[in-house]
Amino acid sequence: MRTSTTGRTGQYAALLAYLAFLAFPFLWLVSTAFKSPRELGSLHPTWIPRDPTLDNFRQAFDEQPLLRAAGNSLLAASAAAVIAVLIATPLAYVMARHRTRLAKAATGWVVVSQAFPLVLVIIPLFLVLKNLRLINSLAGLVLVYVVWALPFALWMLVGYVRAVPTELEEAAAVDGAGRLRTLVSVTAPLLAPGIVATALFAFITAWNEFFFALVLLKTSDKQTLPVVLTHFIGAEGVADLGPLAAAAFLATLPSLIIFAIIQRRVTGGMLAGAVKS
Amino acid sequence: MRVRWFVGVLLLLLAGCTGGSTPEDGRITLRFQSLAWQEESVEANKELVKEWNATHPGVKVEYVQGSWDSVHDQLLTSFEGGEAPDIIHDASDDLADFAYGGYLADLEDLLPQRLKSDIPQRSWETATFGDGVYGVPFLQEPRVLIANAAWLKESGVRIPTPEHPWSWAEFRRITEHLSGDGKYGVAWPLKEPVSATLNLSLSAGGQLFHRGADGKVTIRFEKADETVPRTIHDQANTDHSASPTTLGSGGSDTLPGFFGGKYAMVPLGFSYRQQIAQQAPKGFQWQVLPAPAGADGLTQGVSPQTLSVAEDSPHKKQAAEFIDFLLRPANMVRLALGDWMLPTGTEALTDPALRTAKDGWATGTALASRLSPAPAQSVRGYPEWKDKVATPAFQEYYSGAIGLGELRTRLEDDGNLVLARYQR
Repeated sequence: MRTSTTGRTGQYAALLAYLAFLAFPFLWLVSTAFKSPRELGSLHPTWIPRDPTLDNFRQAFDEQPLLRAAGNSLLAASAAAVIAVLIATPLAYVMARHRTRLAKAATGWVVVSQAFPLVLVIIPLFLVLKNLRLINSLAGLVLVYVVWALPFALWMLVGYVRAVPTELEEAAAVDGAGRLRTLVSVTAPLLAPGIVATALFAFITAWNEFFFALVLLKTSDKQTLPVVLTHFIGAEGVADLGPLAAAAFLATLPSLIIFAIIQRRVTGGMLAGAVKS
Repeated sequence: MRVRWFVGVLLLLLAGCTGGSTPEDGRITLRFQSLAWQEESVEANKELVKEWNATHPGVKVEYVQGSWDSVHDQLLTSFEGGEAPDIIHDASDDLADFAYGGYLADLEDLLPQRLKSDIPQRSWETATFGDGVYGVPFLQEPRVLIANAAWLKESGVRIPTPEHPWSWAEFRRITEHLSGDGKYGVAWPLKEPVSATLNLSLSAGGQLFHRGADGKVTIRFEKADETVPRTIHDQANTDHSASPTTLGSGGSDTLPGFFGGKYAMVPLGFSYRQQIAQQAPKGFQWQVLPAPAGADGLTQGVSPQTLSVAEDSPHKKQAAEFIDFLLRPANMVRLALGDWMLPTGTEALTDPALRTAKDGWATGTALASRLSPAPAQSVRGYPEWKDKVATPAFQEYYSGAIGLGELRTRLEDDGNLVLARYQR
């Protein structure tokens, strides 16, 4: 089907508008992070700061332990992503390959569990973690993040496993490969992009999570980045906008960098072997 | 090989995650969760904790930085789980549920006479629920008018003082006089219209909440309750002297327009002066004026910031001693200056640093004696009434979508149904 030049121009324009819409908050955040307090109060805001300053970054670092908080976030999010994927991958394989009533019920439960509001689970969860002596510990937070990310991770991976043709596994079996060998040598490489995407999802969910971290971590040295960011916000939503923007900008960088690195591999992995040569 | 590598990484991550508990050294340790957030305020709090720790070897206070965001849910979870901080910083209007729920210690017998007598009774009332006192009110802020001083001077209008404030009618006339050519006499930031309206309505004698002989509270929107909402409504919809766009904005959102000369005045909390001092363009002249007065003069409602002690704390006495230390007059002044707010303590209020004309401190200090408990302070069901009934009703009234009659009906009829559920 051929698309006219006007149609294609329209498509590009729509795509550009969409990209601009998506990029706007981030670009505005970057712009705000470099503005002086007086420029922040200007009636005619500019995209490029007239008098760019690093004062907001200096103040943000002076006021709050951003590096320590970033370290805590990185540790919690990485651990949660790795553990969630380690647990979800074999489970997803079983659920995708053995379509029993139990597997269907499990899938249904996974979908329903996504609808639970945080406040519903937080108090029982808090009590459980307290009995496990995991309050105010990053290990406890990781446990929560894993449990929270697991249903969706499982759901994602079931889809990826189903996309791997069973004929490939059967062919490997015909060639004499055992069950484990087939899984490791045939299925796992084809699942790699899905596993990476799932890990990325779990990482970003945990990296951005605020409420569990706020409630479960008691001391300042354990707090994660989203919790520390709220320290720039006062009662009734009044905010120290410059340092808040500077800190928020820094907080978005790790996920952007990780996404940029992994995204290429995900795409590469997905395309590998897609076309028969 | 790959599997072994994976497991190794996992073990390393988990080892790093395990929360290490510091060994107890025999000293009592109290956790103080502070919601201070402005740079100077955090610094003042931390310094005071340091001073306490240096002079009290037996009782160590650990400073924990809390967040205003979701503080209620965070505290509720901590209380339920028996993990609440010993000393809790919050706002008095957030305490009712915790006090009635038995989560906070009654401080009546724990606080020294010095502190009790230093803070006026009307401030204590903001933290008194039933027969107990569940928080020490220590910082408060009146709502004031921040004005473009040059504009006001040029216009020749009478400049109000705490001794001779504007009446609400005069305020309306003046904002109309100042408006025109796309400029407005006032920009009301009414994203949260309920507390602003109710607190200012006290100046006109508005009560809204009436407690009967049986202790039950009912809502009656009477003549005195009309003064403030009607003024705002008429400024926005009849005189066009109030910017219609800021009615849904927060305080900070109005500042660029204020600095840019679009609005002559912005009614804001006293602490907003810090942002104004920081962000105002060079040469911009601003001044602090008292909010307009009604039949009851400059009276207005406030919900002070408070310090409480958790009922579960095993060291309530020491926690109260720390609060007493933190709120000694000189220390209260440091905290007030850090937050750009007013202290509740009468002795702290006499400090020259809080009486200077610079940045409007003197105007605010002059209003301190007129600050009363916010009308809905101890009314159970108020948060639900505010969110489900009053906020949309006031927003619609101020935007001109409904009239005063409909506003009254909604506040009273729908509101009393909500309150009744809490008072069975």
